[in-house]
Amino acid sequence: MAIGKSTKIILIITALAVLGAALILLWRPSAGEAKEVLVTVDGEAYGRYPLDIDRDFTVETPWGYNQVIIHDGQAEVHEADCPNQICVNTASASEIGDMIVCLPHRLVVEIVPEDSP
Amino acid sequence: MRRGTRTLVYISVLTAQAMVLNWVEGLIPMPLPVPGARLGLANIVTLVAAYTLPWPAVLLVVAARTILGAFLFSGLSTLLYSLSAGLVSAGAMLLTRRVLRGGGAQILAVSLIGAIVHNLTQLTVAALVLENIRVFWAYLPWLMLLAIPAGLFVGGVGRLLLKYVNKLHLRVY
Repeated sequence: MAIGKSTKIILIITALAVLGAALILLWRPSAGEAKEVLVTVDGEAYGRYPLDIDRDFTVETPWGYNQVIIHDGQAEVHEADCPNQICVNTASASEIGDMIVCLPHRLVVEIVPEDSP
Repeated sequence: MRRGTRTLVYISVLTAQAMVLNWVEGLIPMPLPVPGARLGLANIVTLVAAYTLPWPAVLLVVAARTILGAFLFSGLSTLLYSLSAGLVSAGAMLLTRRVLRGGGAQILAVSLIGAIVHNLTQLTVAALVLENIRVFWAYLPWLMLLAIPAGLFVGGVGRLLLKYVNKLHLRVY
């Protein structure tokens, strides 16, 4: 059976995507001991908080607010007034590399190792 | 109908269909590891447009549906992402269609490349706006993986649809 050029391209792209994705997912920094929650708004650092201390605060961005709750070693965006609510629907972040992004408010909540730049 | 009028009506119908598809898609919850990831049903329309209209009209359909869709449904805050990704991926689809030799799977390949380029563009723009490269690497694997079933599904639907659209003998060129 002859395989058409288009089919070949589909197969190559699929293979590359699966392979690339697997590599990136496996090549994650090993879980360090101390983790911090880094909050950035519009590319600027807003604050860093230890993940093991419970905290409940509201980030005021120029586009709206996001209520961030840190509890039991997890960080989540509990409430926000953004139109798509994607940040609120994102699962809690607990491992290094986990992120919660609110594009309309240009806000990123991510778990980073302590003392990382 | 005069040809110009016919083309205008056809472009308008495609734009309206894409907007409705986009809206309907928003109603279906997607339990995925990447919240906000979508099937991209509106790309069915881009695909049909790429196979029935000259390239400036294809880009016009994409621009019109994203801008009108932003005003009606999704809000202006995400227009930058949908507009850039929509235009760049439509360009990639048009180019692939031209470069790649025909065959039954061509439209699937065109759609797949469209889906991948769409996700890549959106992610790149997001990482640039957020000034955060880690966002790019965190979402890249998931968005590439999800683009494959989404692109092939859209391509399959587009192929079915084009069978009927071609029977209409639109002659909108």
